[in-house]
Amino acid sequence: MVTCVNDAMFPDVGKATVRLLRRLGVDVEFPAAQTCCGQPMVNTGYYDEAVPAVRQVATAFDGYEAVVVPSGSCTGSVRHQAADVARRTGDTVLLDTVESIAPRTYELTEFLVDVLGVTDVGASFPHRVTYHPTCHSLRLLGVGDRPRRLLEKVRGIDLVELPRAEECCGFGGTFATKNADTSVAMGSDKARHVRDTGAEVLVAGDSSCLMHIGGLLSRQRSGVRTMHLAEILASTEGSDGGAR
Amino acid sequence: MATFVGMPAFPEAAREKLGDTVLRRNLAHATATIRDKRAKVVGELEDAGTWQDLRLAGAAIKDTALHDLADHLELLERRLTAAGATVHWARDAAEACAIVASVARTHDVDEVVKVKSMATAEIELNEHLADEGIAAWETDLAELIVQLGDDLPSHVLVPAIHRNRAEILDIFRRRMADAGRAAPDDLTDDPRRLAEAARLHLREKFLRAKVGVSGANFAVAETGTLVVVESEGNGRMCLTMPEVLVSVVGIEKVVPTWEDLDVLLQTLPRSSTGERMNPYTSTWTGVTDGDGPREVHVVLLDNGRTRALADEVGRQALRCIRCSACMNVCPVYERVGGHAYGSVYPGPIGAILNPLLRGVGEDPQVDSLPYASTLCGACYEVCPVAIDIPSVLVDQRRAVVDAKRGKRPSAEALAMKAVGAAFGSPRRLGALEQASGLAGRAVSRLGSVTLPGGRSALRSAPGPGRAWTDARDAPAPPAESFRAWWERTDGGRS
Ligand code: SF4
Repeated sequence: MVTCVNDAMFPDVGKATVRLLRRLGVDVEFPAAQTCCGQPMVNTGYYDEAVPAVRQVATAFDGYEAVVVPSGSCTGSVRHQAADVARRTGDTVLLDTVESIAPRTYELTEFLVDVLGVTDVGASFPHRVTYHPTCHSLRLLGVGDRPRRLLEKVRGIDLVELPRAEECCGFGGTFATKNADTSVAMGSDKARHVRDTGAEVLVAGDSSCLMHIGGLLSRQRSGVRTMHLAEILASTEGSDGGAR
Repeated sequence: MATFVGMPAFPEAAREKLGDTVLRRNLAHATATIRDKRAKVVGELEDAGTWQDLRLAGAAIKDTALHDLADHLELLERRLTAAGATVHWARDAAEACAIVASVARTHDVDEVVKVKSMATAEIELNEHLADEGIAAWETDLAELIVQLGDDLPSHVLVPAIHRNRAEILDIFRRRMADAGRAAPDDLTDDPRRLAEAARLHLREKFLRAKVGVSGANFAVAETGTLVVVESEGNGRMCLTMPEVLVSVVGIEKVVPTWEDLDVLLQTLPRSSTGERMNPYTSTWTGVTDGDGPREVHVVLLDNGRTRALADEVGRQALRCIRCSACMNVCPVYERVGGHAYGSVYPGPIGAILNPLLRGVGEDPQVDSLPYASTLCGACYEVCPVAIDIPSVLVDQRRAVVDAKRGKRPSAEALAMKAVGAAFGSPRRLGALEQASGLAGRAVSRLGSVTLPGGRSALRSAPGPGRAWTDARDAPAPPAESFRAWWERTDGGRS
């Protein structure tokens, strides 16, 4: 599942995920029926409006062995929210399908570490990088140190600790616009901590949080770039394999 | 007197508070200190492997108590009555205030001393008593600061968390004389001197007062015992010195047995003040000959609690033991403080408790609260009774949206409907992405800014996107979506 944000705004994240998984010998498909996990609607309180998206999740992913998602937030949504949406429709077939998909849905680093059993994915990325564990990866899914273990094995990487890493960046979906002032206040503090590390690249497992922090870092002319975890793990920059 | 009535909705109130640099600094400092203390003492039990067990036991105890609430309350009433107390039932704030006022009037007093209590703050008892010509004196140090400053509490445990020493000195100097014993002329902002001034000021009131008013942290049904935990001992003075004691107790405070109390008295202080045990735990059962108040009244307060209890998802909020851990870890609370929530219950718990107690769909201020969170989950992680606050927040958002269905749809509702429909059709979504890609190309040609790494970005987006780009750059839509790329290249295979 590429997720709607990655599909429409960050296609490179989807491509990197595909490249990475193929390199590790996984047979990757992109079922075209997929659209969105429904989270933007659910988290704003619009359960009925999330039904079409959840139906597409069921249509697209029924029958696959594993659903790999380059987003902690959307993984959490499939795992914890989709069934609630389905239940409200009274459509038991939909509910059964969604409930059967949920346990087979993995955030990217969960899939790499738990299912494939790898931490060295053969990546190379010779840059100074700091990692922000997004809230839904950290708390809703509990991905723990999986991303860190994967990043540590990346050749050439200079991984630096982010102060107050576990604090929310302030994105929060529609919170970013409904409570824009508070969102920006939180994000500015996060951006300051990122700058304090002297990193060139901020990495995280959720494109939306990166878009928020990156948007502030850019507005502050910080020169720090944001990249999704999948892009770094797919990278072969500077290795014998040539650029990417 | 300051009240929360007429506060603006959260986003507006928050905006104003964000500009208060003293507040931001005080809050960041205070919450960080208390977070660290909590983490240390909870860590001890985590290392021992018992914290999660205690946490789940606490949740189970409260759930059991709530499940058969009527039975436990009836037992509590019987035991209390047998022990010589008078039990009153109050459906709402007005009834509860009227009961307290009538007890005070019966004894012909024009002042009462108060133990810090959330329930009495919730029903705005002080304001009500003032209207009846009765002065209610807060005796908790932080509450005293708030009261003398004609201010509002901004934290459950530390109501004056937003104040610093210099501000407190100023409040004491200006206001203590009007309320009783004046501050000494040579008072400084040394914490010890401030505490001493408060002590002398309060002592005079303790010795004078004939009626004390309290809440209760817990009410043990099996023996009819009320429990107050505190750090200062001022509460105990109010509970023991006056001739008459009136306690206003939320009906969700009842626990069946003393064994239940055992668990909660371990998790509450650790979560709250970061102590293994709180310094003062006072328990009392009705009237005791030759000891304490001669007349004891207990007001059992509903004020929306049965409404919350009827909410399948939300009822877990009634487990709350008011430890305040959730506000201390909340990154939103840390930046805006408690006043922005427009209630004596601020922070994450306030964001769910207020709509649950008061109902949604009526007051825009209440309806804004479930949205005053990023759903980061930090509150759930620390809650000693495992209230899944993020899930309740989302469910209360649903309640807010559902309450408005059938009325004229807002712009947001229309947008959600449109986006939701687009997500029902991959083809329509693809067409939308293509259109936005074209727009993105136009934008990049118009020479927007470049994000580090080379991608073009918008510095000001039109329409609703403004709220985003007021302070953040936004990446321009890519020329080709992932979906289109996959189709064009057969998933990168051609
Ligand atoms: S919700 Fe939980 S953490 Fe927050 S005040 Fe209540 S008991 Fe404490």
